[in-house]
Amino acid sequence: MSEMNLTLKIWRQKNAADKGKMVDYKVNSISEHMSFLEMMDVLNEQLINSGDDPVAFDHDCREGICGSCSMFINGEAHGPVKGTTTCQLHMRSFKDGDTIYIEPFRANAFPVIKDLVVNRSSFDRIQQSGGFISVNTSGNTQDANATAIPKHDADLAMDAAACIGCGACVATCKNSSAMLFVGAKISQYALLPQGQVEAKDRAQNMVAQMDAEGFGNCTNTGACEVECPKGISISNIARMNREYLSGSLK
Amino acid sequence: MSSKKQGLSSIGKKVIMALTGFFLMFFLLQHLSINLLSVFNADSFNEVSHFMGTNPLVQWVLQPVLIFSVVFHFVWGMKLEYENNQARNVKYAKYNGGANASWMSRNMIISGLAVLAFLALHFYDFWIPEINTKYVIGDTSGLIEGTENFRYHEELVHKFAHQPWRVFLYVLSFVMLSLHLLHGFQSSFQSVGFNHTKYTPVIKMLGNIFAIAIPLGFIFIAIYHYNVHPH
Amino acid sequence: MALNGKIPAGPIKDKWTSYKDHLNLVNPANKRNIDIIIVGTGLAGGSAAATLAEQGYNVKAFCYQDSPRRAHSIAAQGGINAAKNYQGDGDSTYRLFYDTVKGGDYRSREANVHRLAEVSANIIDQCVAQGVPFARDYGGLLDNRSFGGVLVSRTFYAKGQTGQQLLLGAYSAMNRQIARGKITMYNRHEMLDVVVVDGKARGIIARNLVTGEIERHSAHAVVLGTGGYGNVFFLSTNAMGSNVSAGWKAHKRGAYFANPCYTQIHPTCIPRSGDYQSKLTLMSESLRNDGRIWVPAKLEDVAAIKAGKLKATQIAEEDRDYYLERRYPAFGNLVPRDVASRAAKERCDAGYGVNATGEAVYLDFASAILRYGREQALLKGESSATDARLKELGKEIVKAKYGNLFDMYKQIAAENPYETPMMIYPAVHYTMGGVWVDYNLMTTIPGCYAIGEANFSEHGANRLGASALMQGLADGYFVLPYTIADYLSHDIRTGTIPTTLPEFDAAEKEVKERLEGLVNNKGIHSVDYYHKQLGNIMWNKCGMSRNEKGLKEAIEEIAALREDFWKNVSVPGGAYELNPELEKAGRVADFLELGELFAKDALDRNESCGGHFREESVEVGGPQDGEALRDDENYAYVAAWEYKGKPSEAVLHKEQLDFNDIKLTQRSYK
Repeated sequence: MSEMNLTLKIWRQKNAADKGKMVDYKVNSISEHMSFLEMMDVLNEQLINSGDDPVAFDHDCREGICGSCSMFINGEAHGPVKGTTTCQLHMRSFKDGDTIYIEPFRANAFPVIKDLVVNRSSFDRIQQSGGFISVNTSGNTQDANATAIPKHDADLAMDAAACIGCGACVATCKNSSAMLFVGAKISQYALLPQGQVEAKDRAQNMVAQMDAEGFGNCTNTGACEVECPKGISISNIARMNREYLSGSLK
Repeated sequence: MSSKKQGLSSIGKKVIMALTGFFLMFFLLQHLSINLLSVFNADSFNEVSHFMGTNPLVQWVLQPVLIFSVVFHFVWGMKLEYENNQARNVKYAKYNGGANASWMSRNMIISGLAVLAFLALHFYDFWIPEINTKYVIGDTSGLIEGTENFRYHEELVHKFAHQPWRVFLYVLSFVMLSLHLLHGFQSSFQSVGFNHTKYTPVIKMLGNIFAIAIPLGFIFIAIYHYNVHPH
Repeated sequence: MALNGKIPAGPIKDKWTSYKDHLNLVNPANKRNIDIIIVGTGLAGGSAAATLAEQGYNVKAFCYQDSPRRAHSIAAQGGINAAKNYQGDGDSTYRLFYDTVKGGDYRSREANVHRLAEVSANIIDQCVAQGVPFARDYGGLLDNRSFGGVLVSRTFYAKGQTGQQLLLGAYSAMNRQIARGKITMYNRHEMLDVVVVDGKARGIIARNLVTGEIERHSAHAVVLGTGGYGNVFFLSTNAMGSNVSAGWKAHKRGAYFANPCYTQIHPTCIPRSGDYQSKLTLMSESLRNDGRIWVPAKLEDVAAIKAGKLKATQIAEEDRDYYLERRYPAFGNLVPRDVASRAAKERCDAGYGVNATGEAVYLDFASAILRYGREQALLKGESSATDARLKELGKEIVKAKYGNLFDMYKQIAAENPYETPMMIYPAVHYTMGGVWVDYNLMTTIPGCYAIGEANFSEHGANRLGASALMQGLADGYFVLPYTIADYLSHDIRTGTIPTTLPEFDAAEKEVKERLEGLVNNKGIHSVDYYHKQLGNIMWNKCGMSRNEKGLKEAIEEIAALREDFWKNVSVPGGAYELNPELEKAGRVADFLELGELFAKDALDRNESCGGHFREESVEVGGPQDGEALRDDENYAYVAAWEYKGKPSEAVLHKEQLDFNDIKLTQRSYK
């Protein structure tokens, strides 16, 4: 088993009001089989034992689905491996002697709470502005098989719905645009008959909220789909544009 | 549900960039087609140039739309760049943009500003003298003073034949235009909501052809006139 | 207090319908005057919050994550069961009911399980209406798959992300109510106590995890949808933040805790790779359909593998021990989860584990690849295909079936499972035990409810695959909204509960003292140090196989560890700021109490049932020699524990389980 010694350059910021700065740390004897977050655990254990404040970072499921983890590693959201969240990134992607930059996901709409922890509630507010189908949860809807949905559409809706809401698209985008996130939700519902009733209003409202949150504009660089841990396609942004435009003409 | 719209939405802005972009790309195609005539047949070039320069529809409808598009495309482009820059106040210490997006897509502002600088030169070279001749002096004949010959081809040749620095600047600018188009062409389609598994690859290919062929055409014309006519 | 399950009378088929018809309702105008607190926003909490808000109650929802969408329900892969019988394979409400009771090894309440089976079909209707993109076939209708332990295809799924899609459905329903102002959402808030006023749950004390501020929230009822406690083992497939604290605080305030020892240990997880391991990842059980499980038959081969001198593929067929096929010829690699898990442990304990930690067995697809390859060669008319070609053809089929799982394995373990066998080992996955609730899902504290994995009710001693999602949504969408109205109908004149009551003062004071005590302790060991030790004790003595001696030791060791924790734990930072270490410390402190009760419960239950295996209770002689032996005569009860100041002093209350509609039988897989 090969082990490595690393230099970490980590963003430290005590709280939202603090200015924050990059601080250097050394970690030694890191196993290549560790996940990136386990390497961070090692660092924190080291910091606690020497009486320092451990690095705060968001994480929960550590299996790539909850969307909590959010580090910007060596200039890329979730690090250098594509289609992967930070928690599924393993140290074998690095080598002995490397210097690793670790920063929070940055965007004005994602203010830093502490160290690497950011506030992504802007995403929640966008969802609240229309990311739902207005159906009561009484269970007295029609039978699940009453409306057949072409497999192709259902599969595309699933691909869009796979979004984990981590914010890598925003963090990666040079403009801090949230259009992949919003486009994915609008697409999921626009592709399903259940969602089409409100599709136009939904696009108008969610885009308005997205703009109000202070995200940047999309310039179609496509960086978001490359860095998206779930591989969500920018064709969803195009679909959102269509829904939005046809809604605007109404 | 009510809409909370204030001003133009982020999607509205990108659609405007796309639509003005489409018009400008159409203009480029038209401009190149006419200019190519200068290589093959000076007379045809002169006739078409005179038509374009004096036809009221072209002069009073298309030309204002063109100017509007140019101004709008630039002003909005810069405004968007500024806004987008403002969406992230604290910058990354390390940002590896090359890992996930092309240089062209990330630097439209650079290629765009280069094209803007070129436009200044180009206006100084052609458009301002043209407007001056036609609307300040009031000579709409299109003729070289004291002759029966059209002036357009002569003016074109004059600009390139003796001035290698100008040819160089034109070539450089067209390279920048090419970079701008390499992203801009396909991006415009995406912005207006066109994205299709089958057709988008075709559009990307057409975009690459367009983005290389059009600037190459202009470069060819500049170099042709530089080489063919006596120095 | 006598334990009354409040199970309605009448034939099992009609119990829920006729009970529901006679429950009290709250009129819409009065619902506006009633507040409900819901802690946890997973499938159970999220669906309950959305439904109750939609009905008109004022809901306050709390989650420790930064968004309700991140609750750990999101990680469920496989699917959700529903008795729709879309496949026409003979499924029915009764069969789902029967399978669940049998799968739970006859330790669940018949009436609850039947109700669950009844409402299951509606869940699918509801989710489709909400835009959940379930998998469909080419005709556009819903697709189903089959899951372990049953004979029909009743599992609905959305790729390998069913939990995610169902949770996002509930989250979207919540968002609609948040936008209407009917749900007030408290993200990054952790409940630290239940406030009981005049014997009724009337509020909670919560900590704002961002500012560290301690807040008081009052309501007419408190609902806990706070999930399971698998993290008492330190390593589990649960999320890092999953904890028992909410349920445990309720327990300390008077809610009985039921069957804490019922834990599901899932056989196909990716093994631990070293001491730094922070969590384990599950691989879908479906892999056992095609994978063969084995370890080397010779110890010297094991040593050579560990030393890196030998590869699994180099071991000859006759030197391999396909121990499941050897021990269970009838079911082979498809024995139930608990049996497969114990068999792996048995081999590894005997020294045959194949990785550095000695805790891994092989799951081999080589023969499946060849088998599929031959089938394909035949179909394609390639009668003279070489072995390499057969493998190539076979790999395509395996890829189509398990591609995403193989990719996941490759990402984590850095080995290519198409070429070399996977390594797997059992891991803690789900806890069937939880806060005791009656038929109304109410705990022994009036007005305090527990739903989803947080309660104990539906799965008995073992949960069937794809049933956790079903239970969470059934509780939240279709059961609690009816039963809670009956309770709240008596509260329409109460008015807002003031948070200035002395009970709130007292609870807040306790919470603050505990937090300040932790940060001011300035000890010598980190929280994880204690959590890992607790995990070790739990895994070794309360894990897949339990005996009296080990359990007694565990009880003592955990008590000693707890004492040491309070003396020597070190929590950096302050109490009134974002402090993840402090959050962990509070949770581990509760695990250190629960762990002891867990062992005590396991000691009390001297029978083997479902996930609980007591070495003292096995078949002797006959074809079932050495297998788990249930003792229906003495242990057909729910063990509900009442808190008396210390886990060791907890008092046992038994709720006898009556089986009127299903005959009890012993499981056999030989």
